[in-house]
Amino acid sequence: MMKSLLHYVALVLWLALIASTPLFADNYTIRIAISLTMFSAMAVSWNFIGGFTGYPSFSTAAFFGIGCYVGAIAQRNGVPLVLAWVLASVFVAVFAALLGAIILRLKGHYFAIGSIAIVEVTRLITSSWGSLTGGGDGLNVPLLQGNPQEVASFVLYVMLSILVLAFCTSIYVDRSKLGFALKCISQNEDAANMVGVNTTVYKIIAYTLSAVFCGTVGAVYASWIGYIDPTDSFSILLTVKVPVMVLLGGAGTVFGPIVGAGAFILLEEVFWANFLEWNRAILGLIIVFLIFFLPNGLLKLDYNRLFKRLINKKARTPRTMDGTS
Amino acid sequence: MDIVQILLNGIVLGSLYACIAIGFSLVWGVLNVINMLHGSFIILGGYLTFFAWQYFGINPILALPFIATTLFCLGYVLQYFFINKVVTAPVLTTLTLTFGLDMILYNLMTVFFTATPRRVTLDLGTLNIGDLYLPVDRLLGMGLALCLTALLFLVMRVSKIGRAIVAVRMDRQAATLMGIRVNHVYAITFGIGAFMAGAAGAVFSMVFPVTTNLTGVFLGKAFVICVIGGLGSVPGALIGGIALGLIESIAGYTIGPQNAITVGFVLMLVLLVIRPSGIAGVKGYE
Repeated sequence: MMKSLLHYVALVLWLALIASTPLFADNYTIRIAISLTMFSAMAVSWNFIGGFTGYPSFSTAAFFGIGCYVGAIAQRNGVPLVLAWVLASVFVAVFAALLGAIILRLKGHYFAIGSIAIVEVTRLITSSWGSLTGGGDGLNVPLLQGNPQEVASFVLYVMLSILVLAFCTSIYVDRSKLGFALKCISQNEDAANMVGVNTTVYKIIAYTLSAVFCGTVGAVYASWIGYIDPTDSFSILLTVKVPVMVLLGGAGTVFGPIVGAGAFILLEEVFWANFLEWNRAILGLIIVFLIFFLPNGLLKLDYNRLFKRLINKKARTPRTMDGTS
Repeated sequence: MDIVQILLNGIVLGSLYACIAIGFSLVWGVLNVINMLHGSFIILGGYLTFFAWQYFGINPILALPFIATTLFCLGYVLQYFFINKVVTAPVLTTLTLTFGLDMILYNLMTVFFTATPRRVTLDLGTLNIGDLYLPVDRLLGMGLALCLTALLFLVMRVSKIGRAIVAVRMDRQAATLMGIRVNHVYAITFGIGAFMAGAAGAVFSMVFPVTTNLTGVFLGKAFVICVIGGLGSVPGALIGGIALGLIESIAGYTIGPQNAITVGFVLMLVLLVIRPSGIAGVKGYE
């Protein structure tokens, strides 16, 4: 209980720090804060299907991209800003529920392949449906009113609210019957089905929850950037990055996605700034490192033991290999 | 355009596709790993062929065995030292790991080779039969692709290592008890996957320009072919490849080339749901 209280306090402080960036920092830092909240929100939502339910979903980019496009097209046709965002979220939720009903019959490798294919199909359709989406030329989105500073802080607070909403949903799911059912599915789906858990419905709910916030984030992102194109909106990189963030923090935990997204984005920012040409390889190295040395994520590391081991190593002479650690 | 010409184009393209997918299918079927590196292996093979031709004047067909063997070694090392450690982990872990390795390889290729589209131009002319047009380099590519496929089929059927791979695929535990070194067989299998990818890349560079931006496209084709044809069997990949070639060729003619790829993916999704083991697949290999 103490430990979890500590986690909550840390989280509130972290969010407060992000929220206060417009007060003291320049636009560049606010931009980092926005991508922190944006990816944290997507990581929290991926956690519903990938963490709690244990389904290796790689369709995040499809939901994000559809959110971008629905929001943008709605706004271009005169729908007010906030309504366009809501519309995008609803559209993505319905899309995910219908898609989930079909694709969630698959398991393991087939589900992974199917979910990646969804990203490809949505991207290809968006590129070739030129009359609606502008095709490969992309789409201009009406710009937000105000000077850059105001726009950035506005977007930051909207993204932060999405994150908080996603996080609260995640806490609720974790403690409710739904979360329990999802964890059962994760451990043994057949057994869960046998004892009367309606696995199909619960999986679809988890899949829809994992999609809806990504859709909202996408729509807000489109309004912020002002220009979207199929390659950026439906990127395979995004679809793998989000699960990696969750794995980095700890899949299936409430706080893991936020910790992972935070660590990942900050690392990425450092590498983008210093090793522009090598950033992709470095991200690859992070993934390899993560899989071999942090298989359960940052949160599940036993920090006390790690700390003691470090102290022990320092105290003893390096030549002894006594393995007391 | 004549219907015969469309079908012929489809078969020529399909044989090349089969060559792309066969290594991927083998790795997925035997190791149960979705190898995200496959696309980069193909491009690496293509680039090496191009450089051998451009700077040393080596004929691509002569260079092919050496380049494929280089990729075999790369694949063996990657599997033996990295992927073997997590090979029994859930798909999320293995897929993410190979994706991470792919990002490293991709970055190395773009930095050292740059992403310029490159093609080995052999200038072999075109073969005309009646009103059918067949570029000779494509026919050559098709012939090579079919030879490679047949070679792999033979290796899997008659060689000792091929039988060992099949045994490990059927039952890992029993294979271990029979004295098969599973880690070594896994590494060999992954190596063969990389070998076939490298060879496919070499063949492709004679027919189409290759660039690092195509890694995802090749990987996507491999996905679709594996699902259409079924996993882990050589004939399955061949059937899947030719089926996809025909589908893309016909779709390209009827509803436009920009939609041809979409048709392949949609067909794959439909097949995944109604018959996940593929047209020629064996049930029971999850």
